[in-house]
Amino acid sequence: MTNEASVHADDHSHDGDHSHSHAPVQQEGHPSYYEIMEIAVRELLVEKKLLGPGEIRRQIEVLDSRTPALGAKVVAKAWVDAAFKARLLENGRTACEEFGISFYDDTQLIVLENTEKIHNVIVCTLCSCYPRALLGLPPDWYKLKPYRARTVSEPRVVLAEFGTVIPDDVEVRVSDSTAMVRYLVLPLRPSGTEALTEEELAALVTRDAMIGVIMVKGPNEKEAP
Amino acid sequence: MRPESTENPASAAKVVFAEREIPIFRAGDIVRVAERSPVGHYRVPTYLRGKIGVVEAVIEPPGIDNEDESFGRNAGIKLHYYRVSFPMKSIWENYEDSSKDALHIEVFETWLQKEKP
Repeated sequence: MTNEASVHADDHSHDGDHSHSHAPVQQEGHPSYYEIMEIAVRELLVEKKLLGPGEIRRQIEVLDSRTPALGAKVVAKAWVDAAFKARLLENGRTACEEFGISFYDDTQLIVLENTEKIHNVIVCTLCSCYPRALLGLPPDWYKLKPYRARTVSEPRVVLAEFGTVIPDDVEVRVSDSTAMVRYLVLPLRPSGTEALTEEELAALVTRDAMIGVIMVKGPNEKEAP
Repeated sequence: MRPESTENPASAAKVVFAEREIPIFRAGDIVRVAERSPVGHYRVPTYLRGKIGVVEAVIEPPGIDNEDESFGRNAGIKLHYYRVSFPMKSIWENYEDSSKDALHIEVFETWLQKEKP
């Protein structure tokens, strides 16, 4: 691994203000038990020709190309196009495929529509099932035990920790994805957005709103402290 | 093709469905989650064992039992998954928040039994 500090010195002059660190990017400390296991299994699979290294890199590229921006496009279109929204709620996977978003496995996608009466939030208590084909990799907190255990048993407390308070007369509906189905929350369209284009609407939709831990904020609303 | 019942509308072709093509539960059925403790991989969370819920929807098409699939047994019979809802208050004794709150989850056919209302 090259020493970043020495490469950096050759790259450009040091005339201007220099506020970033020159510490080299290095692996610190000993790899963990699971890191060692992952490296060992991967290298064995390649050595035994069960997988090619190119296949592994390709799958990383597949997942890197999936981001919340794709989900946001789908949400924005559902907000402006009632017929698309109906198709999306009927079959999430085929509606996403209309956008050219391929699903590389056998999972189905169920889109959960938030309404004035129902607020949806998704979790996987067993592991970290998540609509990766659409949104890419889940955030770390989604994969860790506190979220996975508490969202099914005290969802409102968890939501409040994200700054989301749902009134008592609105159902908080927790979906535990343990089977072959993945979920996407279709958030409520915020008020005051009637004049926005589909692209402008998509820019409002964030990953956490499609998991259901926050609501989508309108263009003039401030972030919760 | 969604074989949702044994009766076909008059205009549809009259065919006999294979036994496992037809879901055994329908939306609205009251079901109880089994209380087995299987050795090895399981998908139905322990917090729902023995709980009573309502079938919200039948998931189509029939799917492989994901507990068997994890052991490499991915051929053979397929059955249905059902989306089942459970009121939060029925799962957790001490649930203090809104009585409207519910949990929804997909459960494989082999884990559910019909419960009399």
